[in-house]
Amino acid sequence: MHPIRKKRLTIVLFLLAGLSVAVALTTYALRQNINLFYDPTQISAGEAPVDVRIRAGGMVKEGSVIRDPDSLKVEFLVTDYSASVPVEYVGILPDLFAEGQGIVAMGRLNTEGRFVADQVLAKHDENYMPPEVAGALEKASKAEGKSVTGSVKPASY
Amino acid sequence: MWQFFHKLGSPKWFFGISTRFMPWLLAGGIVLLMAGIIWGLAFAPKDYLQGNSYRIIFIHVPTAFIAQSIYIMMASAAIVTLVWRMKLADVFVKAVAPVGLALTFLALFTGAVWGKPTWGTWWIWDARLTSMLILLFLYGGVIALDRAINDEKSAARAVAVLVLVGVVNIPIIKYSVEWWNTLHQPATFKLTEKPSMPAEMWVPLLLSVLGLYLIFGWLACIRMQTEILSREQRTRWVREFVLKGRV
Repeated sequence: MHPIRKKRLTIVLFLLAGLSVAVALTTYALRQNINLFYDPTQISAGEAPVDVRIRAGGMVKEGSVIRDPDSLKVEFLVTDYSASVPVEYVGILPDLFAEGQGIVAMGRLNTEGRFVADQVLAKHDENYMPPEVAGALEKASKAEGKSVTGSVKPASY
Repeated sequence: MWQFFHKLGSPKWFFGISTRFMPWLLAGGIVLLMAGIIWGLAFAPKDYLQGNSYRIIFIHVPTAFIAQSIYIMMASAAIVTLVWRMKLADVFVKAVAPVGLALTFLALFTGAVWGKPTWGTWWIWDARLTSMLILLFLYGGVIALDRAINDEKSAARAVAVLVLVGVVNIPIIKYSVEWWNTLHQPATFKLTEKPSMPAEMWVPLLLSVLGLYLIFGWLACIRMQTEILSREQRTRWVREFVLKGRV
């Protein structure tokens, strides 16, 4: 290769390397701001600020949803299978909301450690399957005593 | 190898060779894209959780995927522009930037349409959506910078530097769903593992990705040819081409 081209190529590669390091350090420093939500482990460890609008995300714990019969109020536990946080919400839930499904809630953590949400969004994972397959899997895992959506990939809420 | 590389740099040679490929690119692209989309939208089974609304994946994933890979191609061309000063590389960047812009917009739009019924919101400032919006602005910036500089050579270098600076955004888009908590789900297609959907869903998806790639190839060729003709309008071969209709 011509020496002047070699020199230009070196400059370009140095530019790219330097830029990548700068961006990597910046995003690393800002990671808590880039993370969309706190997970239940962080909240129960006291990492999330109290009475500040934040998002909390996790799976809706099976058997924890309590609906108020007279209003739109719902209470449930959000879990990452190592810690759980109680959430209360008044409003219409998205269609995909179900026990064992992932959600991201926006709201405030009160001093008692309860999360008062004003918006609940549903999160789904990257697994797609026809209803018949999901039904068959559900049947098979019921025999083992597990739920299908929880057992496919529990960490992917 | 270098001889081939230098030949590739000749606009006239590219003009001749691309004319031969273009009908195949267009025909193949239309067939594959139609097959993938019709199969995906009408015949693939519905999802156990999202029902029919997951079907927008057959448009969302191809546009998002190709919008990102166009940027990687532009960055490779930018290196060629900066190091070898090859005119054709710059022609490529200018020709495909608007295509990338359009596909990024489509990816964001179909994502919003998908997000409303499944997540419950059109838009959320999570890492994946935000980095994809930055890609849209990068494409816009590349087009604007090119239009803003009149001198062809300085425009080529300025655009190449901007494209290269922006390429750090591509790994951020790709890995945003793994590095940070996001509302967007991780990728269904992975290089090392089986796709996390059955074959009657991923085959049509793959067909539409391939089809859109071919259509992009055709669009890139036809837009590059137009750019070459306008740049080389004073040369003898262009005058002969205009008079005789062939190179």
